[in-house]
Amino acid sequence: MADKTQKTSGNNIQKRETRWGLLFLSPWLLGFLIFTLLPTLASLAFSFTNYNPLHPDQISFAGFSNYARLFTDPFFRQAIGVTLRFVLISVPFAIIIPLGLALLVNSEHLLGKNIYRTLFFMPSMIPVVVNVMVWRGIMNSETGWLNRMLSFVFGIDGPNWFQDERWVLPALTLMGVWGVGNAMIIMLAGLQNVPTELYDASKVDGATGIQRFRHVTLPIISPIIFYQLVLALIGSFQYFTQAYIVSNGRGDPNGSTMFYNLYLYRTAFNFLDMGYGATLAWVMFVAVLLITIFLFRTQQRWVYYAGGD
Amino acid sequence: MASQTLGAPAKPRFQARLRLRKLLPYIGISTVGLVILLLFLAPLGYMSLTAFKTIIQVRDPHSQWLPSSPVNYTYEGAEYPLLMVPTDDDVRELALVKPGREESDYVDPQNPELGVFTVVGRWRTFDPVYELNPTTDNFPTSWEQVNLGRLFRNTIIIATLGTIGTLLSSVLVAYGFARFRVPGISILFLLLISTIILPRQVTLIPTYIFFRTIGWGGTWLPLIVPHFFANAYNVFLLRQYFRSIPRDLDEAATLDGASPWQVLWHVILPQSIPALIAVGLFHFFFAWNDFFEPLVYLQGREDLYTISIGMTQFNNIFNTQPGLAMAASMMAIALPLIMFFLAQKVFVQGIVVTGVEK
Repeated sequence: MADKTQKTSGNNIQKRETRWGLLFLSPWLLGFLIFTLLPTLASLAFSFTNYNPLHPDQISFAGFSNYARLFTDPFFRQAIGVTLRFVLISVPFAIIIPLGLALLVNSEHLLGKNIYRTLFFMPSMIPVVVNVMVWRGIMNSETGWLNRMLSFVFGIDGPNWFQDERWVLPALTLMGVWGVGNAMIIMLAGLQNVPTELYDASKVDGATGIQRFRHVTLPIISPIIFYQLVLALIGSFQYFTQAYIVSNGRGDPNGSTMFYNLYLYRTAFNFLDMGYGATLAWVMFVAVLLITIFLFRTQQRWVYYAGGD
Repeated sequence: MASQTLGAPAKPRFQARLRLRKLLPYIGISTVGLVILLLFLAPLGYMSLTAFKTIIQVRDPHSQWLPSSPVNYTYEGAEYPLLMVPTDDDVRELALVKPGREESDYVDPQNPELGVFTVVGRWRTFDPVYELNPTTDNFPTSWEQVNLGRLFRNTIIIATLGTIGTLLSSVLVAYGFARFRVPGISILFLLLISTIILPRQVTLIPTYIFFRTIGWGGTWLPLIVPHFFANAYNVFLLRQYFRSIPRDLDEAATLDGASPWQVLWHVILPQSIPALIAVGLFHFFFAWNDFFEPLVYLQGREDLYTISIGMTQFNNIFNTQPGLAMAASMMAIALPLIMFFLAQKVFVQGIVVTGVEK
């Protein structure tokens, strides 16, 4: 065997390596084909039909009617509205809170940093269902701690969080605070990559803490903030579990939690309108793609890459 | 430093102040940190305390933090509530025997032989006396109501099989990406990474129809089998890790006649234990948490439900019974939290690799 390889040309070695490589890649290649590429294309095809799993034989070509329906569908408009409102309320928190926590647990003045890092991260390990239950308890308008604290400290009557359509999105945002662990860890890693020489230099120049943050820290971690922003925006379109549990899968109260993804689920799996469901999915896909491309286009303006990219 | 210019007697005090000034940021930041941490973890405190409360304790208008109940005092065969009654010089704990509007009759449990006496003051404005009275009933009750034992078993089976699948497949694929020169491999890798931003709803409907058609609807197979085909995050994490292992080692093994399988098994894997643990844990947590897929594929098969959808079913009952909900919650998070505390280091490292390096 060893003799043979020595005699064969480099071309054959390359062929052998390719064969081995493809063998190892094959689980993913196969999976990509079966579970990603084909379903994605099939989904596009379904979006031009009126497929209903109860009557699979009655499937017929529907042309662009599903897409035309988007423009007249009030629920679609509502779902987009809820999702965008949630983006506006929650995305700033999804950036600022993990960044603030990362700065805190990165501070040289915090005693017991490692314990803090662990404990701030820990709640993101709690299953979403439990997360929702605990926060619903905390925000229960009568027995919860939050409203009791509000009335005790500030003397105000807290709102009816999850039952009030004006307060349910802020309530979900507040609940999301428990899930910032990942973002915090990633931002912390970014902060630890800031070269200490830069801090020392800025100290010599007499920069204050805030100036240092603004002109040294922020530019260097801006790629990470950018990455988190992309994730948070994509995540909002896929927001589902919390909305489903809070609203019993119906978008309660009064449609104020009818997130895009929840509407998609209802269309496809409650009303079994899978053709239109596939349309909604593709619209989401295109929207996510456009947002990502848009953000990547604008990033030269505000994201700083060391090494002059 | 400036202290040298000062006179000798002032020096110690100055140094003390200097030390204080150095300490001040530590005290300040640590205090702020502690307050934020307490607020952050307050819901866990709520959960732990509420889990030990009865429904009456939860609804108590006097809202005790701890699971405690009003105390009664038995006097001549009847029970009377104990109240904190302000008297001339202090507050005494007295049992309310006969409530009246402006004045009421009390008995003092310390000296019951004094008999019943009257104190002026509206009894409704006096606080009841509380004593700690936690209940553990919520745990067995919610365990049975939600059938937590079955939910745990189902979730653990699904999570374990999926973890095996994702480890096996992701290791192979990552090894392929890390070590083999295949034409167009960088394009394939880009394709792999780009699947991260593909919303899973796009593939959902055809995949659902596919699984239903081959008879997998209402089984665990759709929740397990796809994980035997690798996923982008895990492959990425493992590939980064494998690439950090020096190639000389596998080249030496290859010269000794080791096949790529043997190199993977004897050279690469023994050095990648932390990454393997991280991937395994990621998947385990994913499966423990997954909601969408069990919801879609296990609809109507209650006996197959996982923790996340099983507990949601009881959402409405739980909403009126916070004690039960919190007891069930505590039991549901015990295992993930223990696992997290045991393996937090590799875990956090894994997040940094997949998050920062993209």
